[in-house]
Amino acid sequence: MKILVAVKRVIDYNVQVRVKEDGTGVVTDNVKMSTNPPDDNAIEEAVKLKEASKATEIIAVTVGEEKAQETVRKALAVGADKGIHIKVDGIIEPLAVSKILQKIVEKEKPDLVFMGKQAIDDDCNQTGQMLSALLNWPQATFASKIIVKENKLEVTREVDEGLETIEVNVPAIVTCDLRLNEPRYASLPNIMKAKKKPIEQINASDLGVDTKPRIQQIKVEEPPKRKSGIKVANVAELVQKLKNEAKVI
Amino acid sequence: MSREVMEYDVVIIGGGPSGLSTAIKLKQLDKNLNVCLLEKASEIGAHILSGNVFETRALDELIPNWKELNSPIKTKVSKEKFLFLSKTKSLSWPTWLLPSVQKNHNNYIISLANLCRWLGEQAEALGVEIFPGFPASEILYSDNGAVKGIVTQDMGLDKIGNKKDSFEPGIELHGKITVFAEGCRGHLGKQLIKKFDLNKGKDPQQYGIGFKEIWEISDQNHEEGLVMHTAGWPLDNNTYGGSFMYHAENKQVFLGYVIGLDYKNPHLSPFDEFQRFKTHPAIKKILEGGKRISYGARALIEGGLQSLPKMYMSGALLVGCDAGTLNMPKIKGSHTAMKSGMIAAETIIENLKEKKDLSIYEDKFKKSWVYEELHRARNVKPSFSWGLIIGIIFTGIDQILFRGKLPFTLRHRRSDHETLKPASEMPKIDYPKPDNVITFDKTSSVYLTGTNHTENQPVHLQLKDSALPTRYTLEKYDEPAQRYCPVGVYEIQIENDNPKFVINSQNCIHCKTCDIKEPSQNITWVTPEGGGGPKYGNM
Repeated sequence: MKILVAVKRVIDYNVQVRVKEDGTGVVTDNVKMSTNPPDDNAIEEAVKLKEASKATEIIAVTVGEEKAQETVRKALAVGADKGIHIKVDGIIEPLAVSKILQKIVEKEKPDLVFMGKQAIDDDCNQTGQMLSALLNWPQATFASKIIVKENKLEVTREVDEGLETIEVNVPAIVTCDLRLNEPRYASLPNIMKAKKKPIEQINASDLGVDTKPRIQQIKVEEPPKRKSGIKVANVAELVQKLKNEAKVI
Repeated sequence: MSREVMEYDVVIIGGGPSGLSTAIKLKQLDKNLNVCLLEKASEIGAHILSGNVFETRALDELIPNWKELNSPIKTKVSKEKFLFLSKTKSLSWPTWLLPSVQKNHNNYIISLANLCRWLGEQAEALGVEIFPGFPASEILYSDNGAVKGIVTQDMGLDKIGNKKDSFEPGIELHGKITVFAEGCRGHLGKQLIKKFDLNKGKDPQQYGIGFKEIWEISDQNHEEGLVMHTAGWPLDNNTYGGSFMYHAENKQVFLGYVIGLDYKNPHLSPFDEFQRFKTHPAIKKILEGGKRISYGARALIEGGLQSLPKMYMSGALLVGCDAGTLNMPKIKGSHTAMKSGMIAAETIIENLKEKKDLSIYEDKFKKSWVYEELHRARNVKPSFSWGLIIGIIFTGIDQILFRGKLPFTLRHRRSDHETLKPASEMPKIDYPKPDNVITFDKTSSVYLTGTNHTENQPVHLQLKDSALPTRYTLEKYDEPAQRYCPVGVYEIQIENDNPKFVINSQNCIHCKTCDIKEPSQNITWVTPEGGGGPKYGNM
């Protein structure tokens, strides 16, 4: 079974994101970038399946600027066999990414596509679902447990009500939750080896996909500052304020 | 435990200016050399914090065409100011009366973190293998006692040291020569200095803690290229320190404060002194209408030549501030650190090719301009042990009249951990509450450093005696760790009427102040999991 894993380069989750003064976006110059955390879970799950002899090959793919390659390199260091980097500059929306991934799926013919449930930069949570529609493959989103069965996957999903277990036929798209596994560390020798593994570079324009944004971004701004709290003298005052000022009871 | 081994010609520990310069120079001298460089931060530059007004002398020698290579050295110093502050007034000191070491007209205002990122790219292009996210946790010795390499940090241990599913054992990196370039108070450098008695006959090392904030300020207050330093308020005459404010590009100012860690009053809080400093009318008026965008802190070396340990030992060299090459009166260490690394590289080549002894490192160092600089500078810092006013008068005589050539050398008498007086004998200091506009608390500050450490891992701030803080240090010194730590790692909490010493190690920004200042040397900083610690941008 061949698994394609999509990974995205995002601002590291520890970095305090800062909005550009002119409101056109967020500051990314000299900011630490990393692999989108749930994408790490997607890679880890694929590697685990390969270690359990349930997968034969893992291809890591990313869509983005030149430096996005780093995320593919990291995936190679923790166990992916081959990397693909689709080069595209500027903002790229989930629909365009899905269309690009569709082309890669047609080319590489994987049995499964894994990716993170959503990216922590735009929080769109759309790419997996759109790709599933484009390919007309079943989807299992928010996966926190995956069991491989004959031509099927049993997937436990993290949903609002609790956990939902579903079965999907292979080929399928699975989007991964943070609870799926604990991603491993890349060892130093494996990072060395990963430097020698191949990464195929393809220009997005060569795939015949229209990557023009469909959404016009008007303004990016910081959320309003929280007002500082007050101390109340007693419960009566609290109730009075909740009722008359906050108007919540 | 048997570990995987990788062999190199040279293993370099630390991706700051000294380590990267060593690596670059080595590959320039012999492109076939196998050189690897380890960095504990998640990427090169993420643990680098410095003023920084950069003197290009070492870089001119290392990469003469740096101007053509899109280096992040753009803002030339255009104007200088030096202010003496009293509580409400400021007195501008004429720049022609400043010693020449404090003149900056040929220098640049830079982000050292960005310079290191750029140096990292230059090194990689030359074939240096750079591994960010891999701290060196342990030194390896061969049977004859020579350093033979290091072990990288084990990853994936839980709080009590058990292996998690993600466990990834550290590996051994062997080098014909290992270069330690960890910066001020490197935890392996400290072990080497002790084991090889490298500071025999030297004065105790002196340290400072340096804070830095980056502010975006309003157009009319910004003067690109302006370098301003202050001395005086809020510190008293007996505490060594001062501020810097550098107007960089993009309407940013790099604002910082340095306080000597030889301060005596355990009630002093370096962080709060820095915050209070910003409320001075001369400073506040520049910041008003602006926004703080970064915060960080790091210990620095102040001891100079008297405290500089021997920098070579069997199988290894110390470079930069892992030894202590900072020039204190110049308030600069980047160029001297780089030069020490370049000299180390020349030494290594001669050692490997011509079998010359590593002791030639010291001879080369003594013949270099770094030594000459440090020799001239040597009497400035110790003179301030007599207080600010006498220190300034002496420095004027020493630096302006005699140009550092007075026929004697003042000594550093005590280590910084020995200088605190008992809390009961010293005045308490009442620091103003933060206004969250100009001044801030530690909690909101630590947030800006981007620091994090995987929660379930062994605590990397180790106590030799875990009961000592509450049994002794709390009563005698009012546990100063609560105050000298710039991010509030250490807290005294009261639990069932008993004090409890809490270590919030995930907040640590690797400044090493606790390892230096703890009066009983009870705290030891060791490496946490790789990639942990701050995520500084352009610091």
